[in-house]
Parts: sequence; structure tokens; C-alpha cells
Amino acid sequence: MFQWFHRLASLKNFYRLAEIITPWLAVLCAILLAVGLYRGLVVAPTDYEQGESYRIIYVHVPSAWMSMFVYMVIAFCSAIYLVWNMKLADIVAQASAPMGAAFTFLALATGSLWGKPMWGTWWEWDARLTSELILLFLYIGYMALRGAFENSAAGAKAAAILALVGVVNIPIIHYSVEWWNTLHQPASITKFDTPSIHISMLIPLLMMALGFKLFYLVNMFSRTRSMILEREASTSWVRNRAQENNL
Amino acid sequence: MLEAFNAVLNRDLRLAMRRRGDWVNPLVFFVIVISLFPLGVGPDTELLRQIAPGIIWVASLLATLLASETLFRADFDDGSLEQLVLSSQPLSVLVLAKVLAHWLITGLPLLFLSPLVAVVLQLQGRSIPALMASLLLGTLTLSLVAAIGAALTVGLRKGGVLLALLVLPLFIPVLIFGSSSVLAVEGGFPVQAHLSMLGALFLLSLALAPLAIAASLRIIYE
Repeated sequence: MFQWFHRLASLKNFYRLAEIITPWLAVLCAILLAVGLYRGLVVAPTDYEQGESYRIIYVHVPSAWMSMFVYMVIAFCSAIYLVWNMKLADIVAQASAPMGAAFTFLALATGSLWGKPMWGTWWEWDARLTSELILLFLYIGYMALRGAFENSAAGAKAAAILALVGVVNIPIIHYSVEWWNTLHQPASITKFDTPSIHISMLIPLLMMALGFKLFYLVNMFSRTRSMILEREASTSWVRNRAQENNL
Repeated sequence: MLEAFNAVLNRDLRLAMRRRGDWVNPLVFFVIVISLFPLGVGPDTELLRQIAPGIIWVASLLATLLASETLFRADFDDGSLEQLVLSSQPLSVLVLAKVLAHWLITGLPLLFLSPLVAVVLQLQGRSIPALMASLLLGTLTLSLVAAIGAALTVGLRKGGVLLALLVLPLFIPVLIFGSSSVLAVEGGFPVQAHLSMLGALFLLSLALAPLAIAASLRIIYE
């Protein structure tokens, strides 16, 4: 088990592994997104209350899920990096951060677009939207802190600590915002009360969610690969690779 | 360990007494920010009373943030921070003493100033105890959380804006429960739940923040 872990942790081995599986994941991702979008936007029935505008759920919900998931990945990798000083974990965290921020932004933008037909306003201080907004701030802070260090090893450690502080705070922020929201908002406003969703709408949603996850993996792998090349530029295996490819 | 704690605490308090700007400026800032709001939204008594808890709490957040920038700065510049990191005493205890000293000189005065600004903003007299209790628990938490950000950015030349970016999102739960405890009293509701939550946040940050602060400071000298 540990030997396997150790081998994967070597940047060279991870690079080769990512190189092999990325195209397969990319193909699978493209199929899932295409079928999911088709079934979601064309095949799934129109919603009784919300009409066609509910279809934004097929982008909004997967990106909101991913925004949380990517932060968890970053926090997990940060913990591994701080404990075992494993370079790969730091690279994965670094590669994931802008993508997580992008997913968060997408969730916010689609939430706002969805809010216009549902609430009649572009922005509602709804508990979930507000939590997403704060999550975006956390991502921006994480990236800003890492970028501010001239010494990249110190920056990586500092960012890792911040990610762990953030992950402790995320549930606290989430529940306090929810509490704040129920305290201040009159109940008359339409709320998305996790209504039971029909199976014909649920299946495309799950396909989109899986597609988003694969999209993240494909991009994360390719970003990680280029970061590995950048950091290991002076090692012999990178030089050999470059020569093989006539670069 | 307790001796070391007391030594750091006494040293920081003495230093603060001699550098008055460090703790007077955030207080003046607090008062100025609060007096800007009536000028901005108009002198409508009813409106001011409604938004007063939020104004006072946001101003406290900003004052704490502003004050926390100086928490490790001078010690970092003259090298005594490195001595703390190298000392044989547990670093998390030493930084806890520093944070406590810092709170005593920047957080506690806010508490004493708060009845004054509450009156200025037309809050009812009976909400003042709740305001002070929430500020007591809240500013302690804020100081601990802000210290993590200060420790992460102390090695950087331009830490100021970055510190705000890191720390302000983490302040949000304290802001929510702090201002809502005053709002509860204003509305005639019991305040206990809000204060219990603030107490829970304080205990959590008391347990975890010193570890994060110590880890952040160690990075600088690796």
C-alpha cells in the first residue's frame, strides 16, 4: 500500500499515469456532457412551476457541487502536503484552485440568471448563493496568498494552512449564513426547498454532475502535468522527454 | 510554560503602552467609520436604529482587522519573533499570550467605547448589555482569527490588503451572530442563543487558532 502510494507520489510516475488516462477521461467526459445536455435541455419535460427556465439547473447544480468538491480536494491535498511534504499534493492543490474558483463563479452566475425569472431579481441574498459568494472569496484569498510569496515553497505551505483554516470554517460559515437567512427573510419568498425531482430530470442531472467531475479531472491532470514539467525542468527525465519529442 | 506566557504578555502590554499610535489609531478609526454612516444614509433616527447593530459590528470587524496588521510586524522587523519561534516553550502558548495582549489593547477599548456609539446611533438602552456581551466574545474570536492572517502575511512586504482578503470572509459568522444578538434584544427576543453561538465560536477559535498561528509563523523561518 505505502509502496504504491510512494510510487504514485513520484512526479515522474504521476506524469506518465496522467498522460495515459487523460485522453480516455476526456472522451468519456465529452460523451457524458453531450448526452446529459441533450437529455436535459431537449428530452426532459418542462417543469410545472418554473417552465423552461428550470433547465439552468443542469449547469448550476453541477458547478455548485464542484465548487465544494474542489475545495475539499484542495484541503485534502494541503493536509497531505503539510504532513508528508509530498510535492505532488501541493501541485494538485495549486492546479485545482483556479478551476474551483471558476466553478464557484459559474454557480454564482447561473444562480443569478436563474434568480431573474424565479425571484424577479438578479441577486437575492439567498443562503446558498451567499455561501457560494463567500466560497469565491476564500478561493481568491487562497490564490492571492500563494501568489504573494516570492519563495514558492513558503507560499505553498502558507496556502496549505489557509486552506485548512478555510475548510474548518466552511461549515460554520454555511450554517451561520443559513441561520442569518431564515432570521431576516420573510418566508413568503419562493424557496428552492429541495423538491422531489422526477427521475427523467434527475438522470441528466447526474450525468452532467459526473461530466463536470471528469471535466475537472481532465483539466486538473493537464494543468498538473505542465506544472510538473515546469518544476522538474532541470531533471534528466524531463530533458529526455523533451529530446524525444524534438522540443 | 505559564511563566513564559506571562512574560510575553507583560512585554507586549508594556511595549503597547509606549507606542500609543498602535492602539489609539484603530479606536479613532472605529469612531470615524461609525460617524460616517449617519452622514451617508441621512440623520433619520428610525433608520439608524435599525442598521446600528450592523454598523457597529462592521466597524468593529474593520478596526480589528486594521489593528491586527501590527500584531507581529514590529517583532518580525527587529527579530524577536524569530527568538519566540526558536524558544523551547510551545509556540502556540506564546502566540496566545501575544494575541491576548493585543486584544487587551485593541479589542477591550472597543468594548468600553461601544455604549457611546450605541447611544449616538439611537440604540435602546436595554440593548447595550447585549451589545457589550456580544462584542466581548466576538472581538476575542476576531483577534484570534485575524492573528492567523497576520501570521501568514507577516513575511510579505505588501501584506495589508491581502490580510483583509484572507481574514474578512472568516469573520462572517461572528458578524452574523454578533449583530443578530443586538437585533434580538431590539426586537424583544431572548438573546441567549446568539450569545451561546458566539461563545462556541470563541472556544473553537481558542482551541484551533493558536496551532494555525504557530504553524504559520514557523513557515517564515524554515
